[in-house]
Amino acid sequence: MTSETGFDPALLDQFPIRAPRPEGEVEELERIWAAPKGLALLTAVNNNYIGFFYVATAFLFFLLAGLLALGMRVQLALPLQGILPQDTYNQFFTMHGTVMMFLFAVPMVEAIGVMLLPQMLAARDLPFPRLSAYAFWAYFVGGLCFFASLFVGLAPDGGWFMYPPYTSMAYSPGINADFWLLGIGFIEISAIAGAIEIIVGVLRTRAPGMTLARMPVYAWAMLVFGVMIIIAFPSVILCTLLLEIERAFDWPFFDPTRGGDALLWQHLFWFFGHPEVYIIFLPASGLVSMMVATMARTRLVGHSFVVLAFLATGFISFGVWAHHMFTTGMPNLSVGFFSAASMAVSVPAGIQVFAWIGTLAVGKPRYNAPTLFMIGGLIIFVMGGLTGVMVAMVPFDWQAHDSYFIVAHLHYVLIGGMVFPLFAAFYYWTPMTSSRALSERLGQWSFWLMFAGMHLTFLPMHLTGFMGMPRRVYTYLPDRGWTLINMISTIGAFVLAAGVLVFLFDLARNFRFTVDDDAGNVYKGGTLEWLPTGLYSTRSIPVVRSREPLWDDPAICEDVEKGRYLLPNAPTGKRETIITSPLRAEPEYLQIMPGPSPWPLLAAVFTAGFFLLLTVQAYGIGFVSGVIAILCVLRWLWDTDRVVKEEEVDVGGGILLPTYVTGPRSHGWWAMVILLIVIGMIFVMGLFSFFYLYGVQPDFWTAPAGWEGAAVVVPLYALAAGLAWLARFMLAREATQLWTPGVLYLCAAIALTAAVGGDILFWQASGLMPQDSGQGATIYVLLALEAMLAGIALLMAAYLSARNSRAMIVRPRNNSMDLCVLFLLYAAAQGALTAIVTRAFGG
Amino acid sequence: MSPPISTRRAGSDMNVQSIIPVFDPAGPYAGSITTLSWVLIAMAAGVFAIVLAALWIALFGSARLKARLGGPVLVWAGGIVFPVVVLTLLLVYGLSLTRNLTAPVPEGAMRVRITGEMWWWRVAYLDRQGRATMTDANELHIPTGQPVLLELESNDVIHSFWVPRLSGKLDMVPGRRNRLPIQADRPGVYAGQCAEYCGGPHALMGFVVVAHTPADFAAFMAARRAPRSAAARDGAGAALFRQSGCAACHRIAGTAANGAAGPDLTHVGSRRSLGAGILPNNKGTMIGWIGDSQSIKPGNRMPSYKMLSAQQLDRLATYLDAQK
Repeated sequence: MTSETGFDPALLDQFPIRAPRPEGEVEELERIWAAPKGLALLTAVNNNYIGFFYVATAFLFFLLAGLLALGMRVQLALPLQGILPQDTYNQFFTMHGTVMMFLFAVPMVEAIGVMLLPQMLAARDLPFPRLSAYAFWAYFVGGLCFFASLFVGLAPDGGWFMYPPYTSMAYSPGINADFWLLGIGFIEISAIAGAIEIIVGVLRTRAPGMTLARMPVYAWAMLVFGVMIIIAFPSVILCTLLLEIERAFDWPFFDPTRGGDALLWQHLFWFFGHPEVYIIFLPASGLVSMMVATMARTRLVGHSFVVLAFLATGFISFGVWAHHMFTTGMPNLSVGFFSAASMAVSVPAGIQVFAWIGTLAVGKPRYNAPTLFMIGGLIIFVMGGLTGVMVAMVPFDWQAHDSYFIVAHLHYVLIGGMVFPLFAAFYYWTPMTSSRALSERLGQWSFWLMFAGMHLTFLPMHLTGFMGMPRRVYTYLPDRGWTLINMISTIGAFVLAAGVLVFLFDLARNFRFTVDDDAGNVYKGGTLEWLPTGLYSTRSIPVVRSREPLWDDPAICEDVEKGRYLLPNAPTGKRETIITSPLRAEPEYLQIMPGPSPWPLLAAVFTAGFFLLLTVQAYGIGFVSGVIAILCVLRWLWDTDRVVKEEEVDVGGGILLPTYVTGPRSHGWWAMVILLIVIGMIFVMGLFSFFYLYGVQPDFWTAPAGWEGAAVVVPLYALAAGLAWLARFMLAREATQLWTPGVLYLCAAIALTAAVGGDILFWQASGLMPQDSGQGATIYVLLALEAMLAGIALLMAAYLSARNSRAMIVRPRNNSMDLCVLFLLYAAAQGALTAIVTRAFGG
Repeated sequence: MSPPISTRRAGSDMNVQSIIPVFDPAGPYAGSITTLSWVLIAMAAGVFAIVLAALWIALFGSARLKARLGGPVLVWAGGIVFPVVVLTLLLVYGLSLTRNLTAPVPEGAMRVRITGEMWWWRVAYLDRQGRATMTDANELHIPTGQPVLLELESNDVIHSFWVPRLSGKLDMVPGRRNRLPIQADRPGVYAGQCAEYCGGPHALMGFVVVAHTPADFAAFMAARRAPRSAAARDGAGAALFRQSGCAACHRIAGTAANGAAGPDLTHVGSRRSLGAGILPNNKGTMIGWIGDSQSIKPGNRMPSYKMLSAQQLDRLATYLDAQK
């Protein structure tokens, strides 16, 4: 058998090793992985706890946004009612959409990933537990504050898509719109953090032997999910940034009278917004693909088809964004492209649906709550998919767009594609994290109420749309003939809510959170999350030899629990997990994992403080809060990247693994590369905005800055890159003086800062200011992005110097140094590209 | 001349519309989309039935049927081949229809510029050179049996023009001009409403298209262009109109009132609705609208003139009613 890393796969054949393990290993693991007690539980970073907090918070937002929906349905039950006044209604529907999409759906699928993936991959935790904790707390604090804006009438009212110019300062002068931008800011942070965590987790923390082919289909879904977030979210990060800058500093990105364009927002927003739908759907589809196999008591039919369908969905979904813009008057050629792509994306969805049906046909499906929710969800999703094909037909969309037909369509897709699978997953996986399973009887009641309520609410809405009722209306006139049908929808909404209420009752009666005393494998699933676990996850990390190890090796549970596989103990006395290679999952090294810490929590609280205080225009203390947040992050990083005294440890069976590796083998390097892709995508979307306005508004394009600026700036960037590279080179030479690498890095960061500062000065000297035109605004925003990178590089220089002074920069290679150098090389390249492109397309 | 639709009626007839306008087109542009809609609904129903049947067999079918269904053949046939064939056919149909619907209208077709405002519609009938020959608001009169080209613009935020029985919708985007051909083949009144959320009372931003036979249309426009009687121009309300400051926002052609911020009132007396398609237009509703428009349409840009007495309101309404 060939090997990916030079590791001899035959070494894994010796497991399970029958020899008894020494006494006291389990107690040692329990001591090491014990969660803090009482209030200190808030400092827990382990995925069992963070994952649970995360799921619970996301579900809370589902309930809150659902309540808003009920309010709206009451208002619309009859024409010209005054139960929700106009302003309140407009805030309600904006918050309903925003909270459901940003505070419920995306965090929920991410939360389930945090909770399930390590178990499913038999890792002790995700690779960056503190990052997860930070992402969760930022989302928790920020999300609740964002929601609270509703109670003081300051909630945004521009719709969840926030189209300018309505949301620009001229038409939305209040801070309501800023609250939206703030609320989204949090979810951007936590989504990106979660995506990094999940991609690295799936690719590097799988149990040995779990090759990509043996990886559970859910992990595939989450891998595609992570990559899609990395590609899609930068777009919304950039467009929220642009809108906030336009509102605060009057840079005219979206103002057509000054060389901006209102449709720029729509392109950026939907480049994110449509993949977002699949970002929500794919993880749910992954869950269904897992559950359907267990419930039908057979393997998933067409496993490779389903995986390919995930990949195809991810790919095609980036070519469909403009189908939200068919009515904006786009040219026929682009309309044709986006129409074709929008239809094509239904093919992989069809593959998944038929794979599930095929699995049910091959197996012997069990009749229980999870199965009901799955099948109900499948039916609803197919209906939503079919109306999706309808609206992909451009002329039909001209009638359906922005009418209640679309309201019906999107709720069918999202409720069928995500909410019903989610409830199925709640019933299916609760025994993994609760000491009691949920009630089958209540579950079935909940299902039938939700299923009936869902159709009663949304099926009539297709017709409401054909009757001419537009979306986002707080009332309607009595003589339109829309009364009866709206009343039916309102009644349906309460039936749906009753179903959710039954579920809540079930939770209250039966859900008892536990980490080490769960109800176990109630439905006889075949994947690793059903191994017996304790605080430390599994006692030993199994060698995976098939896709459903629990079905193929009945002894595996006992063998794992008796410590007959890898890492049955904690050889370094710290929290650890095995990092494996990305394709064949060969053991590479032992990662030392961080334990409980208050710093991610504090960093999150002060990050939230920073955004909130800026929103309410308390700039002074907001800035202080931001600085404290950065210090907290640095403090948390301070504990990481430590060398332990054991250079190599035996993880069982004589397999020796290093405890410290650098370069592309280290999980930190992967995270940095993914982060740079995110930053790069933000830059690409910035360039897109620049070229888009250049194409749409050429009259506003002047060519003020000459090439002499670039002649100065580009060599400075090259110098910065050279110095950074030299710093890493000098570190590797044992003979160099202690401070040389740190000083060189500092010089590199200063050169970078000087370069971007110089570029800004050249543009100012040319007379072009950001407020002048779309050209000025986009150029300065590219410069601002670069300036931000330079600021981070300076922080990194200070951080490296501090570590250097404590002799924590180990030689010859050091991860902290490596990653900072990588960052700076990227930043220099982006800066040079900015300097050249902005001049090359001067007008 | 068929009077019912060329002159205002006492009651509300502006909502003379079918219950499901998308399925009851009144012209070729909407009609071809209705045909497409039925095709799509049939397609969706057919595919849904197939999926349900497959699901039924998978759950409750005999072992023989289930065995035939299970396996990768189903994924190939149902998930790939079938959708690709159906979607390709639909795509060809959809794109050719798109091209037909966006084909240029014949040279010399009637042109009207409609500008979205928060929360009403500015209407300008254009001549061949694109100059405005008559201005109006919230109501469009067209001749039947011929395409009319609408030039859609916006003065503030994004709106969307949608009269379902005459055509699909098209957005009004600030800084852009979108062109939408519409056509009514039968005389009638066709209701529409803003379809892009534009803040505040977006829900109450209605519109009416009135289609006349060509002869009626010519007569109607001629009547509008005829010189005003002195009584209509200088009625008792004229001075009050001036004193109350109405002219700051409203224009009445042929008088000193020349405001541009609000709807043009030159022909307000012959319009079918008030407040942008939300009230029938008669003296009573006019009094109500002037006196307390904020209760009727909260957030709209017209202040409630609560300081005016009943007599004053009556006089204003009488004056405006005479502006045909």
